[in-house]
Amino acid sequence: MYTQSFNVPDSPGAKTVALAPSSEDPALQAAFDARIDADGRIEPQDWMPEAYRKTLVRQISQHAHSEIVGMLPEGNWISRAPSLKRKAILIAKVQDEGGHGLYLYSAAETLGTSRDQMLDGLHSGRAKYSSIFNYPTLTWADVGVIGWLVDGAAIMNQVPLCRCSYGPYARAMVRVCKEESFHQRQGYEALLVMMTGTAEQKAMVQDAVNRWWWKCLAMFGPPDADSPNSAQGMRWGIKRVSNDELRQKFVDATVPQAKVLGVTLPDPDLKWNEERQHYDYGQIDWAEFWETVNGNGPCNKERLATRVKAHNEGQWVREAALAHAAKKKAREMKDAA
Amino acid sequence: MSAAVDYLLHLADNALVLGQRNAEWCGHGPILEEDIALSNVSLDLIGQARLLYQLVATLKGGDCTEDKLAYFRDTHEFRNYTLLELPHHGPLSGYAQSSLEYGTTIVRNFLYSALMALLWEALEKSANADLAAIAAKSLKEVRYHLRHSRDWLVRLGDGTDESHARVQASLDHLFAYTQEFWAHSPAEAAAIAAGIGVDVTTLRADWDAIVDAALSEATLQRPAVSGYVTEGKQGIHSEHLGFLLAEMQSLARAHPNGVW
Ligand SMILES: [Fe+2]
Ligand SMILES: [Fe+2]
Repeated sequence: MYTQSFNVPDSPGAKTVALAPSSEDPALQAAFDARIDADGRIEPQDWMPEAYRKTLVRQISQHAHSEIVGMLPEGNWISRAPSLKRKAILIAKVQDEGGHGLYLYSAAETLGTSRDQMLDGLHSGRAKYSSIFNYPTLTWADVGVIGWLVDGAAIMNQVPLCRCSYGPYARAMVRVCKEESFHQRQGYEALLVMMTGTAEQKAMVQDAVNRWWWKCLAMFGPPDADSPNSAQGMRWGIKRVSNDELRQKFVDATVPQAKVLGVTLPDPDLKWNEERQHYDYGQIDWAEFWETVNGNGPCNKERLATRVKAHNEGQWVREAALAHAAKKKAREMKDAA
Repeated sequence: MSAAVDYLLHLADNALVLGQRNAEWCGHGPILEEDIALSNVSLDLIGQARLLYQLVATLKGGDCTEDKLAYFRDTHEFRNYTLLELPHHGPLSGYAQSSLEYGTTIVRNFLYSALMALLWEALEKSANADLAAIAAKSLKEVRYHLRHSRDWLVRLGDGTDESHARVQASLDHLFAYTQEFWAHSPAEAAAIAAGIGVDVTTLRADWDAIVDAALSEATLQRPAVSGYVTEGKQGIHSEHLGFLLAEMQSLARAHPNGVW
């Protein structure tokens, strides 16, 4: 899953990307610009401006971190899944998210940053990840709602990235998007089934929708007027569609799905605007969003500490694998000699 | 029919309980690739459990389903080996908590997969055609689980001093539980008599060979075992299964009329 993150500078001390033209080799810069203007792809061996490289590393690694941290809220329900079929579906989904993390770390590595460096950024708290995962999964219905709305919002964000100017990222996104849309359908289907069940089950679904709806709208990032990085991202073909356009598209697609499902979206201002041919919607609580992005949401500390714990406790295992590989190589060389 | 049901439940509970345990690593693995690998193992095991429970449900008839069997039987009705229900750490009382220990996971997966690689192969010739078909599918999966756990056993055993000591401790902790493999339960005896089940004791020499070869490559010592032989497959479990099932079954039991 992916979210607002590329509008969010890593902290502390991270600078936003300069909009000023590069002072690097003008001929190379001109060739790069021409390639971008022609909607061509930039590949790892191609020359690229340092700022482009840095922006991509930041964006792709934030995206990878989001996939990995995103395993935790849904993983929370694996042990308690209410049927074996749903348990298997959920494990497979969370496993897919881990796979997305792997492709994305690999894509970022083509830009010259190692997975260890990126993980260090995450574990030290410097690198951001999608803030949606800083909210708790309180009931089983959250699993379905995350599939439907969070994966759904992620798809809206990511489909344009399949045309991203950086080749390895664009190709990773093609595969990721296919799986995300599968997750979205599965989540929605799980909710449809629950809505045929008991009154308690229906209430559980509505409660989960109430808690997640606004958080999902915020996933598209701040309004266009407040998104300083968007213009440069658009220029570079890293960002293709603006935050507000994506958010509108998501609202328009989701309202009819909510109707079919039989749930109410918790926004009294949500209504069809005949003139705009879109749904109007209410005010997003951006203060709450920024608090959460900046580390003060309900689960930020838990999520990060859980990642750090897994990494630290796995240290001896990774060391053993390296030591064994080295011993094996030494033995082979000795045998060959 | 009852001999078949009891025997199938033993196989199914083994797969479900170990699948539930392996899934605990999802999101917490020592390296991302291992989160994915252990989730795969878990998915295979849960898939095997589902096929076996579905077969039991067909044999039992009525309103029996795979989920009734998984979620609405109590601890003493589970027929899995005690080995498989233990938490991923050293010996501790039921309500004591500790971190996940990767070596314990690997040793357990290895000891069990080594057995099942042999048992599923033998069960391909079961007189019960449905079970034989499940065995054929499961055999392919367990061969992968065996390769995965054996590779890691060797890495950990022949890795650093720390990893060697840790995985040896896991082996010392778990090995005694394998004694249960070789003690026939009444259900196994009945299934063998009916031609449905396999006499596991005939697989013991092959199991020993698989285990000894791997331990030697991993530079680990095979522990000598004696004393209490666990009886999980007869419904007499450790303190740990109750907690595992309490968690696993909680939601389904809170909504007995729920549809999922
Ligand atoms: Fe994903
Ligand atoms: Fe997803």
